[in-house]
Amino acid sequence: MGDQPSVLEMRGITKRFPTGTLANDAIDLDVRRGEIHALLGENGAGKSTLMNILYGLVPPDAGEILIDGQPVTIRDPADAIARGIGMVHQHFMLVPVLSVAENVVLGNEIVRAGQLLDLGEAAQRIKLFAEKLGFDVDPFSRIDQLSVGQQQRVEILKAIYRNARILVLDEPTAVLTPQETREIFEVFRRLRSEGASVIFISHKLDEVLAIADRITVIRRGKVVGSRRPTETNENELAELMVGRAVNLRVDRGRSHPGEIALEVAGLRAKDDRGHEALRGLDLVVRAGEIVGIAGVAGNGQDEIVESLMGLRRPTAGTIRMAGHDLTRATVDQRRDRGMSFVPADRHRFGLVLTYPIDDNLALTRYADPPFAGGFAGIVRNFRAIAANAVRLMKEFDIRASGPKALAATLSGGNQQKVIVAREFGQEVKLLVLDQPTRGLDVGSIEFIHKQVIARRDHGAAVLLVSAELDEVLELSDRVLVVFRGNIVGSFAAEEAQREKIGLLMATGAARA
Amino acid sequence: MTRVRTFARQIWQVASIPLLAIVLAFIVAAVVIVVSSVFTSSGFEPLLPLAAYGSLLAGAFGSGTGIANTLVAAAPLILGGLAVGLGFKAGLFNIGVAGQFLVGAFGAAVVGARLADAPAAVAVPLAMVAGALGGAAFGFIPGFLKARTGAHEVVTTIMLNNAAVLLLTWAVNDLVRAPGFSFPRTGEIGNSALPVLLGRNLHLGIPLAVLTVFVVRWLLERTTIGFEIRTVGQNPNAARYAGMRPIFIIALTMTLSGLLAGVAGAIQMLGVIGFYAPGITASVGFDSIAVALLGRSNPIGILFAAILFGAFRAGAPLMQIETSVPIEVIDIIQALVILFLAADLIVRRVFRIRAPKVELTELKTVTQSWGGAASGTPPP
Repeated sequence: MGDQPSVLEMRGITKRFPTGTLANDAIDLDVRRGEIHALLGENGAGKSTLMNILYGLVPPDAGEILIDGQPVTIRDPADAIARGIGMVHQHFMLVPVLSVAENVVLGNEIVRAGQLLDLGEAAQRIKLFAEKLGFDVDPFSRIDQLSVGQQQRVEILKAIYRNARILVLDEPTAVLTPQETREIFEVFRRLRSEGASVIFISHKLDEVLAIADRITVIRRGKVVGSRRPTETNENELAELMVGRAVNLRVDRGRSHPGEIALEVAGLRAKDDRGHEALRGLDLVVRAGEIVGIAGVAGNGQDEIVESLMGLRRPTAGTIRMAGHDLTRATVDQRRDRGMSFVPADRHRFGLVLTYPIDDNLALTRYADPPFAGGFAGIVRNFRAIAANAVRLMKEFDIRASGPKALAATLSGGNQQKVIVAREFGQEVKLLVLDQPTRGLDVGSIEFIHKQVIARRDHGAAVLLVSAELDEVLELSDRVLVVFRGNIVGSFAAEEAQREKIGLLMATGAARA
Repeated sequence: MTRVRTFARQIWQVASIPLLAIVLAFIVAAVVIVVSSVFTSSGFEPLLPLAAYGSLLAGAFGSGTGIANTLVAAAPLILGGLAVGLGFKAGLFNIGVAGQFLVGAFGAAVVGARLADAPAAVAVPLAMVAGALGGAAFGFIPGFLKARTGAHEVVTTIMLNNAAVLLLTWAVNDLVRAPGFSFPRTGEIGNSALPVLLGRNLHLGIPLAVLTVFVVRWLLERTTIGFEIRTVGQNPNAARYAGMRPIFIIALTMTLSGLLAGVAGAIQMLGVIGFYAPGITASVGFDSIAVALLGRSNPIGILFAAILFGAFRAGAPLMQIETSVPIEVIDIIQALVILFLAADLIVRRVFRIRAPKVELTELKTVTQSWGGAASGTPPP
């Protein structure tokens, strides 16, 4: 493949944002014809910026772009499309109420006899392209009736329909199930065999090793290495990405379980549609241990967490903490007892994105001293709020321009660190973690895992809910399997076997 | 020096769009004035807008009386604007300021008339409190309904505006009608009238309104209650997760909003009108929405926006007398201001400003879908 000509070269691309961030610092990228090229990097490393420059969405401050060896200027996406560049964004740019064919031709309609739209012709071509790429699509089905994976393929068709030879995909697998991921990789391979080049952005190590012909690693706006999958491994890539050796395996150490910290008995609760989601669930978490809940999403995990947080009222059963009945306690009372929560959806629950970091770091204790006092205890103490922010930002390595930076401007990893910094206080007795590392890069995951273990060793009880079985197995001292609103299995860490747990997750029984 | 500059830049960042929207509104209204001049006896007058705006300015700020009139007209708008703005902060659109204003005015009129002969030091505060409580009670109703049942406040407050007008008409006719008048009205307020501080009409309500601006600002910016209100407005889910109770905050905010509207009604009653009679105008209620939007829900911004709208009201009569440009042009200008505020892209294009896009969350509240359950699921 090395002898294939370069189809795209980016030389010395530099971009500094008005905020002062140097997103791209003299980046060189070289993509060959018929190559699957992975851009690997942490959140906020500058991968998306580089691709947005290529697609004409962001003007570079310096640098040049060559296509087929010829220097080109790309002012806007129309320029990019004309040069044979196609882009599939993380959030799809499709009109949900229009058909596949209508979406594909949008802005590029085949017109017949004046102003009549010829969809039949377009549908034929779409069918043909889809066949070549190895999948089946009905050009006349509506977008909103398609699955996420199918919609993504429509996006790819859209680009191919516009004669794209270089296809850019921004984190294409972030929204896909494992099955869909395998399918999209097959599409990539077909594209490659047709002579097209695929550039895809990712921060998942196993993926890039599985599919890419070449991997370019970007860290803090700079290219720090370029590798072939055959000459590297996960550890080296992680180190390149983060800039230091990363422990992909957490060293959990020994746990020393103490008193019962949380006792849930006979818990029943309904989901948002009124169906019974928890059916008499029992569980116990002791101080100083991490209990992980494994299960296929939608088996009651959300309801467990929300019942514990006090956001969902159980229909039966009890929740007790150190002997106190908290089944009907308010969120506030639970927090006063030493419960703490990292919610799964950090934008919906964990943060107020329009607030600065300092307010977010005091969000769940805003009314307690030292954050409030004075007249009737309602006067906010900005000095204490600022001091708290400065301390936690340092302690948890939250990277931002300062404590007044809005939460919305942070990368996903730093946003999660804000939540973790706030919830992992010294006095925490029970930590409820719901998908604590979803969507984060390896560096942030490692950091958060270490913090969880530190809290455990400090005597906190930890309940971990995660859709990533790997995370549950790695982090937990005890693994529970949830199936249809009940715990169907319990394993000590040393005897937790993937296959057994997988079977339990899928069928609710140890033998199929 | 740099400090002054950063401060100026911050001001420009929040105030540029509203200020330029005002400029643009005056320009477009000028076109309307010129075009309509063609149809008058005096014929085509290209310079008429300048003359009209000149007398508008003179009428509003050209004399002591003018300034006093401007401030008197601005005072209820300041309070009404704060009422709407406070709602916006919690993500609520209180269209019911008109009704709450009337209930406040009525409460102040009735208690004021009852205490007409009591010493002013007793009568004025009690009449004011009656107005405030009336407005608060009338704001609590939609707040409670929203918190308890999720009924959208836009719908309930519009309904309650009509309910207020009709209920109060009935009350004046059948419950508190003062004897000796040819039409239904409440009695003279006597000693309950707000003391005039300066000149003919500069009453105590004006400093009270300005003081309220700073009280509301303090509440919103510096207290935990304000933090709760803003958090519920920005992200009700995060508010629940943080241990706040959005339904309580929503009811509280609507009550406080109604209270401010009630005080607006009370000062207008005790400082200007003097008695309650069916048909007294509640245009303050709707102008307050415009004031809150123009002031971008910021108490200081609302203060300036209210003074501007007060100046329109105070200066318009002189404009009509001197230049024959009808008072209604003021309504056109006000409408255009809001139009350009909503369509800020036009303002940006015209003035070629590349100000960072600051989203008008107030407009989002106004336009957000009906029945959007801000309070989420019923709480434990």
